[in-house]
Amino acid sequence: MKNDNLIQYIFSIADNALILGQRLSELCGHGPSLETDIAMTNMALDLLGQTRSYFQYAAKLTGEDKTEDDLAYLRTERQYRNVLLVEQPNVHFGYIITRQFLFDAFHLLLLQKLQNSTDETLSAIAKKSIKEVSYHFRFSSDWMKRLGDGTEESHAKVQEAVNNLWTYTDELFHNLDSDNEIITQGVGVDLSELKDSYYEKVKEVLTDATLVIPETKYFQKGGKKGIHTEHMGYLLADLQYMQRTYPNMKW
Amino acid sequence: MSEKEVKNLEEIFEQKIARDEKIEPKDWMPEKYRQTHIRQISQHAHSEIVGMLPEGNWITRAPSLRRKVALLAKVQDEAGHGLYLYSACETLGVSREELYDQLHSGKAKYSSIFNYPTITWADIGAIGWLVDGAAIINQVPLCSTSYGPYARAMIRVCKEESFHQRQGFEIMMTLANGTPEQKEMAQDALNRWWWPSLMMLGPTDAESIHTEQSMKWKLKRKTNDELRQQFIDQTVPQADLIGLTIPDPDLKWNEERGSYDFGEIDWDEFWQVVKGHGPCNRERMNARVSAWEEGTWVRDAAMAYAKKQEDKKLKQAI
Repeated sequence: MKNDNLIQYIFSIADNALILGQRLSELCGHGPSLETDIAMTNMALDLLGQTRSYFQYAAKLTGEDKTEDDLAYLRTERQYRNVLLVEQPNVHFGYIITRQFLFDAFHLLLLQKLQNSTDETLSAIAKKSIKEVSYHFRFSSDWMKRLGDGTEESHAKVQEAVNNLWTYTDELFHNLDSDNEIITQGVGVDLSELKDSYYEKVKEVLTDATLVIPETKYFQKGGKKGIHTEHMGYLLADLQYMQRTYPNMKW
Repeated sequence: MSEKEVKNLEEIFEQKIARDEKIEPKDWMPEKYRQTHIRQISQHAHSEIVGMLPEGNWITRAPSLRRKVALLAKVQDEAGHGLYLYSACETLGVSREELYDQLHSGKAKYSSIFNYPTITWADIGAIGWLVDGAAIINQVPLCSTSYGPYARAMIRVCKEESFHQRQGFEIMMTLANGTPEQKEMAQDALNRWWWPSLMMLGPTDAESIHTEQSMKWKLKRKTNDELRQQFIDQTVPQADLIGLTIPDPDLKWNEERGSYDFGEIDWDEFWQVVKGHGPCNRERMNARVSAWEEGTWVRDAAMAYAKKQEDKKLKQAI
């Protein structure tokens, strides 16, 4: 495939938005209040909107007759490049908010760099998305504080989520060898550079939320290379159901 | 208040209704007017919220990104409608918690159509086209109903509903023009949703207990049977246009009436579903009750946090 490195790089950003958007859209109609339901659906809409912009661009880059839907729906699990964090299930609202928060903090830093990309399309998508993601980060940070510094029960629940999801944070900053060229060209972002500001920001919010920062030294990785958790297959089964059952049709 | 004073207020109220002036929350209104409005507006709000479930069932499986985003936005609109209808209802002196409680305990009703399952993607098209189509016919007259907050909420609801209806029709049209499998899927959905959609416009006039009073208060401008006829006359040509067949062998254009004659509606089925024994009544209620109960700790946390913040501010002020 032409432009293969760039396409793979776009997947590594777009798949995060797609998979997290898919996870959030499972919740539509089931939120703890109408207001949070609407807010979470909004975030799903933003992320899926971003996904479409990235995939439309990637589809064009393939130089073949591909569409955004071919890229979103018709890859195998091993070909999705999202981080493990975003595919984690909606165990309860504490997990949903923590997953969101841990991702938003990263997502915002990434976009702030990506808007300076030498690739005009990526830069434009990043600029447009920053507004949306700043809101996501504010929403999830506020809820981290409400849950952390709310009741004893909410504190315990969100702490449990932080403890269990922390292990997926390190992967956010891994560059793949195949991305090196893209990064050197100034098209992509060197993720390792974001790490310090990320943990600084995250720890600040967690401390405000009266939560304990986990001290684990063991982290999980693999999503970026297409080695996902066992949750991923079921998510894709849902996502791809129609396209797999009724191939080559217009909807 | 003396009897004479009440009578005087009643007269002012009746005159306002007769002049097509709006009744506002702070105006005096007969207790029965208030109760009827709480019942109808909350029933409407509940329908929006429960109505999110059958369509929400297809968000994760929507066949393309464009459809997924449109469906998410649509279901979100319904949440929004629920939100401002609950707010309109609250202006009549009832709290959202009380209203939820009425829904969860089965005391309050919601539109029975949402107790049918969405089993294929075409059902999403059929709901938009038929169910939203019937809802619009029901709701457009409410934009000029006498209770101000309800009428204003309905203006916004109707705008969005007609967008949803077009979107649903467009899904059906795409399927009907697609492969034989897609067309079959569309026809099957029409077969299953047609009759429940007709039932959605309510029992026949002879059986409708609220119609007379509601007409008087302009809470209703046309009878159920009139609305149903309007819906049929409007929808049949749309089905023809995309080559789908309305599942009613008795359906026939009546030149004299300038309307379609149609077959017998199975009212036993209607009452069975209304009384709680439709295919998904239990699932819908369970979904609502679980969302509410599982959300308790979240709402409690938000309240506790807000209180702590307020206390902090107070302390600083001192």
